[in-house]
Amino acid sequence: MTREVGEIALFTVACAAAATALMLVPGIAVAWLLARRRFPGKAVVETLVTLPLVVPPVATGLLLLWVFGRRGPLGRILESAGAEIVFTPRAVVIAMAVMGLPLLVRTARAGFEQVTRRYEQIAETLGAGPWRVFSTISLPLASRNILAGSLLGFSRALGEFGATIVVAGSIPGRTRTLAVGIYTYTETGQDRQAALLLVVSISIAFAAVLLSNRLARESR
Amino acid sequence: MARFELEVALTQGAFSIDIAERSDARALALFGPSGSGKTTVIEAIAGLRTPSRGTIAIAGHVLFSRERHINLPARTRRVGYVPQDVLLFPHLDVRENVLYGQARGHVDLDGLVDLLELGELMGRRVTSLSGGERQRVALARALMSKPDVLLLDEPMAAVDLPRRRRILEALLRIRDELKVPLVYVAHAADEVATIADRVLVMDGGRIAKSGTPEVIREP
Repeated sequence: MTREVGEIALFTVACAAAATALMLVPGIAVAWLLARRRFPGKAVVETLVTLPLVVPPVATGLLLLWVFGRRGPLGRILESAGAEIVFTPRAVVIAMAVMGLPLLVRTARAGFEQVTRRYEQIAETLGAGPWRVFSTISLPLASRNILAGSLLGFSRALGEFGATIVVAGSIPGRTRTLAVGIYTYTETGQDRQAALLLVVSISIAFAAVLLSNRLARESR
Repeated sequence: MARFELEVALTQGAFSIDIAERSDARALALFGPSGSGKTTVIEAIAGLRTPSRGTIAIAGHVLFSRERHINLPARTRRVGYVPQDVLLFPHLDVRENVLYGQARGHVDLDGLVDLLELGELMGRRVTSLSGGERQRVALARALMSKPDVLLLDEPMAAVDLPRRRRILEALLRIRDELKVPLVYVAHAADEVATIADRVLVMDGGRIAKSGTPEVIREP
């Protein structure tokens, strides 16, 4: 019984870590664009990125099911490339990444906005092109916020339930995460397992949020 | 050919700037009350603000010309800019700051470290430096990028009185030994007299007077 709980905890942490890695590059890119550039459709991008925070997670899961399902626009392409998504661990990672992304983007964006524009301008006068300015000035100066945002995204991923259960299900040993496990165990009357998973979830989330808050404080 | 060719017209909100200057000065000082537009002129030369019309050319190198549709980005203008608040990169140490702009070509680092007396500072964190030290590091950082002109915004403002002499001497050596022309926003009249061979006295975005540093003393 405890072995099963251990496996679920490990699987969840691994998926959340993979989801965080997956959201990092697009998250940082979008955060930087929103903080530093004006472009047509910016308000739309801003809204789209925030949407997973307010739309019911189950609805997001359904959307992902359509997009990544066998007949979905992305699912069809991926399947012909031999990559099945829906009801696999990959679906867990994707659901977690989509749900965690808004938190990363919002925190990282605030970080880029805090970087004095004039540091970037000085770097330009010293001959640095856009990529060098970004990688040697903006990114390191915003790094604490990016780290804090990643931890928040990671914490959100750990607790992901609604989207995961729709797009990945609750297959023991394959797609069952902490949150989904708690639900399934409760539904089937396995209260001790549910309680054990509860304690594990709270402990991991507590540590992650604590660390994230501390980073955000120090960056100010 | 005139070393400085500045014709800058620029509006920001209710404030407008309209100046014209052609001269062969080694060091051109901008002098005048705060809010007269000195910093804005410097920023326009650096490429951080775009004038609505005019021409900016340094030593025959056209940086901006509305007529000819030239507006070089800051990174290709070959200007060394030291803003009033210096803005050393806070996450880099002194050496990394100084070396940031070196990509443009070979510069004699040892000579520069010598000239600006940076030897003992090189490994330090920039947050531990005094005002005068920060100013010298910023000068080195700007010079490492091999600029055609050095733009200095009140370089003495954050330096305590006894150290000003040292900065002043460094600036004179930059002007005379490295032969880098200076555009210098001045804080006090005596600085202008020591460093500049030509001064523009600005007021409300216009040139009120121009000439040798003596014009400041004229009524």
